[in-house]
Amino acid sequence: MIDSSLRWVDDRLGIAKGGRTFLDKIFPDHWSFMLGEIALYSFVVLLGTGVFLSLYYIPSAHEIVYHGGYLPLQGQKVSEAYASSVGLSFDVKSGLLMRQAHHWSADIFLGSIAVHMARVFFTGAFRKPREFNWIVGVTMLLLGIVNGFLGYSLPDDLVSGTGIRIAYSILESIPLAGSYLGTFLFGGNYPGNGIIIPRFYLLHILIVPALIVGLLAAHLGLLVKQKHTQFKGRGKTEHNVVGSPMFPTFMAKTTGFLFVTTAVTFILAGFAQINPIWQFGQYEPFQISYAVQPDWYMGWLDGALRIMPSWEFVGWGHTIPLEVLLPAVIFPGIIFNVFFAWPFIEARHTNDLAYHNLLDRPRDRPKRTGAGAMMLMLMFMVFGASSTDVLANFFQVPLNSVLWFFRIAVPLIPVITYFVTVKICEEMRGAEGIGKRKPPNVVHRSASGEFSTVPAEARPGDGHEELEAVPVPAFIDMVPADLATGPGIRRVMR
Amino acid sequence: MSDESPKAPSLAPVSLEDPHLQPYAKHPGRAEALAAAAMVIGFLGFIGFGITYWISDQTQWEAATLGGGMLALGVGAIAWGKYLMPQGPFVEERHDFHSTEAERDAMTAAIVERGGMVVQRRKVLGGLFALGSTAMGVVIAFPLIRSLGPKPATSRQATNTDTSLFATNWKENSQLVTADGRIVKVADLDVGGVLTVFPKGHEGSSPDQTILIRLAQIGPDDPPFQLESPGRTDWGVQGYVAYSKMCTHLGCPVGLYQKLTQQLVCPCHQSIFNVASGCIPEFGPAPRPLPQLPLKVDAFGNLRSQSGYQQAIGPGFWERP
Ligand code: HEM
Ligand code: FES
Repeated sequence: MIDSSLRWVDDRLGIAKGGRTFLDKIFPDHWSFMLGEIALYSFVVLLGTGVFLSLYYIPSAHEIVYHGGYLPLQGQKVSEAYASSVGLSFDVKSGLLMRQAHHWSADIFLGSIAVHMARVFFTGAFRKPREFNWIVGVTMLLLGIVNGFLGYSLPDDLVSGTGIRIAYSILESIPLAGSYLGTFLFGGNYPGNGIIIPRFYLLHILIVPALIVGLLAAHLGLLVKQKHTQFKGRGKTEHNVVGSPMFPTFMAKTTGFLFVTTAVTFILAGFAQINPIWQFGQYEPFQISYAVQPDWYMGWLDGALRIMPSWEFVGWGHTIPLEVLLPAVIFPGIIFNVFFAWPFIEARHTNDLAYHNLLDRPRDRPKRTGAGAMMLMLMFMVFGASSTDVLANFFQVPLNSVLWFFRIAVPLIPVITYFVTVKICEEMRGAEGIGKRKPPNVVHRSASGEFSTVPAEARPGDGHEELEAVPVPAFIDMVPADLATGPGIRRVMR
Repeated sequence: MSDESPKAPSLAPVSLEDPHLQPYAKHPGRAEALAAAAMVIGFLGFIGFGITYWISDQTQWEAATLGGGMLALGVGAIAWGKYLMPQGPFVEERHDFHSTEAERDAMTAAIVERGGMVVQRRKVLGGLFALGSTAMGVVIAFPLIRSLGPKPATSRQATNTDTSLFATNWKENSQLVTADGRIVKVADLDVGGVLTVFPKGHEGSSPDQTILIRLAQIGPDDPPFQLESPGRTDWGVQGYVAYSKMCTHLGCPVGLYQKLTQQLVCPCHQSIFNVASGCIPEFGPAPRPLPQLPLKVDAFGNLRSQSGYQQAIGPGFWERP
């Protein structure tokens, strides 16, 4: 059956040769290669749950009187967008599960991209020839953050509406173009003529996801063409890849992983409430909820805005709101430009033009590792600064002290982190046998009370690396007689 | 497939007993039992989800059954792949994917020489085509960008709040009303009370949102309420003051009033404004005081504005002088 249909397709498309090579593609067996898979699969979950949501969500600012299943809102004037989002949570069967799964998977999506990016960075996987894929990846991160913000804005609840208001003011802060960008995008001065929700909706469910899908295809295509990187190890060189074949081993594991990622998302969606918009209420531009807080991946911008001193520039008949422009436009602009340019910055610094298929241990590149740690620390600190009020409350210290702590710590601690990390890496490089798994010892006590130690039995996996890697077999010899005569077993040369 | 000689020699057949083909697990039987058990649990989970959906639509049960089912099925598949499939390791050679020097030269030549030759011969056509496409690129941007929305009114005299960043609907004598249109009277608030107000006819409008605060209990015949802000001593009336509710940082409604310290706090980025001294920002990123609305009381005891705001409200922008 498979045989004849394959023949039929191959006659027309000639897929057998490439297909076989694809099935034999080798995937390195290292846990850190899973991080990108989490990102991929949570994107799949986003697409699936997103389609479900868009069957019920109504992208309209049109005002109606609420008559749904959530009693406290009965009879209130709300927008259709808000009413339909609350409806998704209360009136559509399984709707709440899907809404929360969509929101959780957005958080997981961006989190796993960040961690995946960190592993690519710290192991030097972005070096020649993989600079394109690094750029594609950073672009997807950017689009993911944008789409997360757009989606978060759709329900038109009090918290997300405040986010849109802030976004408008950030646009407004851009010199010369700001006011124009604002009225063009919103169809008028804030809050505009109601067009912003349909526009965000179009961007959120079609344009940005389509861009991400295209980039994803490029990302994976490049991965197949350029093949995976791998850590140094027995039999692993710049000119080969050692691991498990695409079919069947990797396919089984990765399909399982798709299920596990989805499962975790849905379990979170069912048991951990996220974004309870019915508690926040309909957005009104003159109301505010005390708990204004964006999703975690926007927190760094919020933190940067909070700790910025109030340096507005006024002169020559114009105002430049530096207290907004610097933290919310220039700062993220610099960060993303550094991200995009890093492979080239590093190559220029090291004068390294060679191909790199073997990964670095982070400790072997103290400066790069230091720079990465510095960036992570910077992000962590500005993220922390987005909860100055919570921290002040929690530690019972004045808000002012917390603010000044962050104003000093945000530029300072990352720099210290750099030097400490470089130092640690250099020490680790000097130490012998570091990073190697040490065989555990088992301690025995004899009847007479004497102690003795013997090395423990090898654990499963300990012996794994000891075999010499071989090419995926073209065919298997000595198939037992009962199998060999069965259907579908043939001996073919490649 | 036949026109290529098979690269057989490097791909020797592998015997079924070859260690690379043995499962990774030491006890394949146990691994198989684990995978099977997981898959059975997965199956039961999905059945459970189906039942839950029909009989109760209870979110936690749905998550537990669907999520649990997928988790178990996924664990089963991973166990199968990790412990029961050929353990390898297998290796694949990398091949250079860059082209040879000759191929690169050929491509460059095709572009530079073949293309160059064509352009050299018909320079005018090349120029005209470039001109045409540039013009198209520019005019296509008009509908794409310019149609999106109205131009902002950048003059300070503009009065339409739909397009002007300077305008509000507060005028001389505007009557103060609440968001649902109730007229605000001088007797409405006790000391420490706050209310969000709008000019009558513009209830709920974003640029007009104004916060009315009663700082002190002062009768109509008492000496006027002294504000600490110079030049604005008579902008309050009978202990009432009113300020734009739109934060000068990023436009959030400055919604929290702290009675004891007479401070307005913006919940967005914790800017703090001192109400008694003209809403000067005392803390946080807000760069400017909240603009003040001058108040008066009419013959019926209703609060009204003496005039509109005398400066642009809200966050900073380029055209703001
Ligand atoms: C990068 C991909 C995506 C991200 C990061 C993302 C993120 C989000 C977030 C955070 C929300 C707010 C959810 C809430 O109400 O709590 C949301 C809402 C929504 N998303 Fe997405 N999303 C993505 C892709 C999609 C796609 C592909 C679709 C449709 C095909 C979609 C349809 C929707 C709809 C209809 C809503 C509003 C539903 C509601 O909350 O009532 N999303 N999205
Ligand atoms: S909007 Fe008020 S402090 Fe940022």
